[in-house]
Amino acid sequence: MALIERPRTGDLTPAVATPEATYGAFRRPVESTGWKSWLFTIDHKKIGIMYGVTAMFFFLVGGLEALLIRAQLAGPNGTILSADKYNQMFTMHATTMVFLFVMPMAAAFGNYFVPLQIGARDVAFPRINAFSFWCFLAGAIFINTSWLLGGAADGGWFMYAPNSSVPFSPTNGIDFWGLGLQITGIASLTGAINLIVTVINMRAPGMTFMKMPIFTWMIFVVQFLLVFAIPVITVALFLLMFQRSFDATFFSVEAGADPLLWQHLFWIFGHPEVYILVLPSFGIVSEVLPVFSKKPLFGYPLVVFSGAAIGFVGWGVWAHHMFASGLGPISVAVFSVATMAIAIPTGVKIVNWVMTMWGGKLRYTVAMLFAIGLIVQFTIGGLSGVTHAVAPSDTQQTDTYYIVAHFHYVLFGGAILGIFAGLYYWWPKMFGRMLSEKIGMWNFWLMIIGLNMAFGPMHIIGLQGQPRRMYVWTEARAGEGFFNLGFWNLISSIGAFVLGFGVLLFFYNAWRTHFGKHKAPPAPLDPWDARSLEWLTTSPPKEVNFDRTPVVSHLDEFFHRKYEDRGEGDRHDFVQVATAEELLAIEEANADADIHLPSPSFWPILLAFSLPIMAYGVIYNIIMIAVGAGIALLAMYGWALEPATAPASDYDPPEDGGTDLELATNG
Amino acid sequence: MADTAVHTAAGHDDHHDDHHGGHYTSTGLSNNKLAMWLFLGSECLLFGGLISTYMLYRGRHTSNLGPDQVWDIPFTSASSFVLLMSSLTMVLAVTAAKRHDDRTTNVWLSITAILGSLFVAGQVYEFTTFYREGLGFTTSLFSSSFYTLTGFHGVHVTVGVILLLSVVGMIIRNRIPGDKAEVVELVGLYWHFVDIVWILIFTLVYLIPA
Amino acid sequence: MSTETENATTDDEIDFREADDHVDHWTDLQFVYLAIGLAIVTAIEVALSYMVDDLGALFLPLLLILMLIKFFSVVFYFMHLKFDNRWFSILFYMGLVLAVGVYIAALLTFQFFSA
Repeated sequence: MALIERPRTGDLTPAVATPEATYGAFRRPVESTGWKSWLFTIDHKKIGIMYGVTAMFFFLVGGLEALLIRAQLAGPNGTILSADKYNQMFTMHATTMVFLFVMPMAAAFGNYFVPLQIGARDVAFPRINAFSFWCFLAGAIFINTSWLLGGAADGGWFMYAPNSSVPFSPTNGIDFWGLGLQITGIASLTGAINLIVTVINMRAPGMTFMKMPIFTWMIFVVQFLLVFAIPVITVALFLLMFQRSFDATFFSVEAGADPLLWQHLFWIFGHPEVYILVLPSFGIVSEVLPVFSKKPLFGYPLVVFSGAAIGFVGWGVWAHHMFASGLGPISVAVFSVATMAIAIPTGVKIVNWVMTMWGGKLRYTVAMLFAIGLIVQFTIGGLSGVTHAVAPSDTQQTDTYYIVAHFHYVLFGGAILGIFAGLYYWWPKMFGRMLSEKIGMWNFWLMIIGLNMAFGPMHIIGLQGQPRRMYVWTEARAGEGFFNLGFWNLISSIGAFVLGFGVLLFFYNAWRTHFGKHKAPPAPLDPWDARSLEWLTTSPPKEVNFDRTPVVSHLDEFFHRKYEDRGEGDRHDFVQVATAEELLAIEEANADADIHLPSPSFWPILLAFSLPIMAYGVIYNIIMIAVGAGIALLAMYGWALEPATAPASDYDPPEDGGTDLELATNG
Repeated sequence: MADTAVHTAAGHDDHHDDHHGGHYTSTGLSNNKLAMWLFLGSECLLFGGLISTYMLYRGRHTSNLGPDQVWDIPFTSASSFVLLMSSLTMVLAVTAAKRHDDRTTNVWLSITAILGSLFVAGQVYEFTTFYREGLGFTTSLFSSSFYTLTGFHGVHVTVGVILLLSVVGMIIRNRIPGDKAEVVELVGLYWHFVDIVWILIFTLVYLIPA
Repeated sequence: MSTETENATTDDEIDFREADDHVDHWTDLQFVYLAIGLAIVTAIEVALSYMVDDLGALFLPLLLILMLIKFFSVVFYFMHLKFDNRWFSILFYMGLVLAVGVYIAALLTFQFFSA
């Protein structure tokens, strides 16, 4: 720990840390190596990596669930899954992909790169950050234990009432689902508050909001959506819990209730959620495209404001998920128009990306290909989205495979391709080695072909009338000729397996980069000729992130430090004046002497894992609630009494009275 | 003892660094306070959802056990008054904390906690009375949504009381890491928020007939 | 850890903070006056609730206005938001405005539905 907290050039041997008893019997876990350094870490980079690893694991789980679904539907009268298992499979596929893969993956990138991009040493509340991660993991594990405890949730990811009530779903699956999402909701809420405060308060000197990298901007917008959307689903999930576990009748039609209440609450959360999933990827491609086009992002302010506008308008369109529910003509008209309006800022973004590439010196790296892939695939999904905004057309499409086609184009073609662009682009920054471009090409093309093969035919299947969530289709109703459902279902299933293989190639690529005989050499400091601040440090970054706090004077600060504008007037002529290595050498030579990072703590993980204990208690035994609450209370008091930074005796070498530069962190 | 040195080294008080100009936040505002206001903004959507559920369902009840039959307005007015006054005592605690007058701070914090407990006790009494009159949690949609809304508020008040008492304890034992006045202020913000939610509930739920 | 040290430094900080504090600072007495005012408004509200039939159409708006007066008095003065930095207002009102807008819209769709 000590070494990392007091970086001294050249000294790379871990110094001995002497953990001191903080309060009572507990000592502070200050280890800097081994499993404890991960379990109790509050370093935003380690937490980001843990988020990423966990999310990628659940990507595989969700992918496996998807493949089982497609295997079942590949031919008529599928027998791989029973109707019941099939219901669980599509519910958990969506839940896993949305809540346990895309959201935490955005949290992974956000955690890792937001502090780096704004020139901060950590987030505003490092311990809360650790808590968010462990809370997410605890919730994710909790939801998935339902597979072993009587079956998973089976009501679809939107869990429409009254179908989610006990008579229709008597297993505990939905209880696990609801309580688990409450826990991951706490993770998202605390994480969001943390990142918002970080962006507002921890920007490096000179970094005004309009000089902030676009990825950070999009993450910033997304966190606001989270902060205000999570409480809405919290209300819905509480009502569901009272309905299922304590016999309330909030959604029981026979008791006079309005099941639409659930739909409203769910989609008031659910629609902002859609933007929560996709905006981080918009941020990533807005970073990747300029770098590989050797041009600044076209219309940066417009991209920022359209991102914020999408976030804002996203609050006024939720009822377009409910056009078929009998809302009444006025509501339908209002929400239909609002939905079409949201296509405008989205279109603005796409135009800006294309204009960024226009006339640029394009380099078709894998990251760039994924970014271009996003533009193309997302636009297809966006166009089919406009057809749902038209209410009469939507009434035909509701609950058919056409909807499935649409949201897989926007979520896989939008969110997930963006995530892969980010992985290829930032891998050398995070791990110091570059992923193989050659395997990456295969990875990309297989994913693109698989994506279009799997989800393209779903448009046809859907317009032909195959409903979503039907566990079998029969030859008798498959239709004839070009529109034969059987043919397109088979193509779609083959596509899904191609897609799955493409994704596996990524994991192989990652393994091959770090292990085995083809292990990649250390990456150059600035392999892509990048533009933003995260590249102004070593790869992977030091624990303190920057040798000295950067002072920012430009948007694309790192680029402007490397290049000087020799042009006159309106003509720009950027000439390289420094390399990344030279810039880093300057930083290292002028390193801040003593930087204190906040110290690790075991309270966050303890508090996080007290939550599933309480949740099991709600389902099985009320005593467990009390036990969990007791642990939570203990952890909270421990946390409150613990200073953010460990006492000086934990540091080695001892304090020499140098300048005392400390972080503004105290979470 | 090398306490002063220890402190400078550990430097776990952010504001301490203000003297050296080493501490830097982009806006000059406190992280904790920003987080608290953001949390309160988020809570608006939580209580908004619960209030909406109640508004939707308040008319759906068995014939003789609706809002207009069970409310005891004088009693609820008294407990509303108690909670309103606890906001005053909370403010006085905050101003005392800013004067770093620990004794007065603790006195006002304790009074606030007592008023809060009184409010919770009133709610428990109210719930018991309703229950005796036959209005259980699952009696009707009205009762479920009413108990859910006021129950959530009651839990928030209870958490507030625990926070207040914890702060009193920590001030007495000098165990507050960081800025004492700010901790009191943050608890105060939470407390006032619970109060304004009750201001809404009192008018929307109790005073306006269903 | 020594408790005295923490105490001493905490005092330091507060000195520093106070120099930085806002000019628009209410005295304790002003807060007491506000609380009395709020109590009176509450009393009026309760009194009005017994006059539903006399007030007719005026009843609802009157009660809502009084509610809002109480709500914002606490937010502005007790919570000090009126004098505080703009950021706090932005964060809080963003949530408040979204909540009011979204939930009223949702309740309105129920009205249309039943009509």
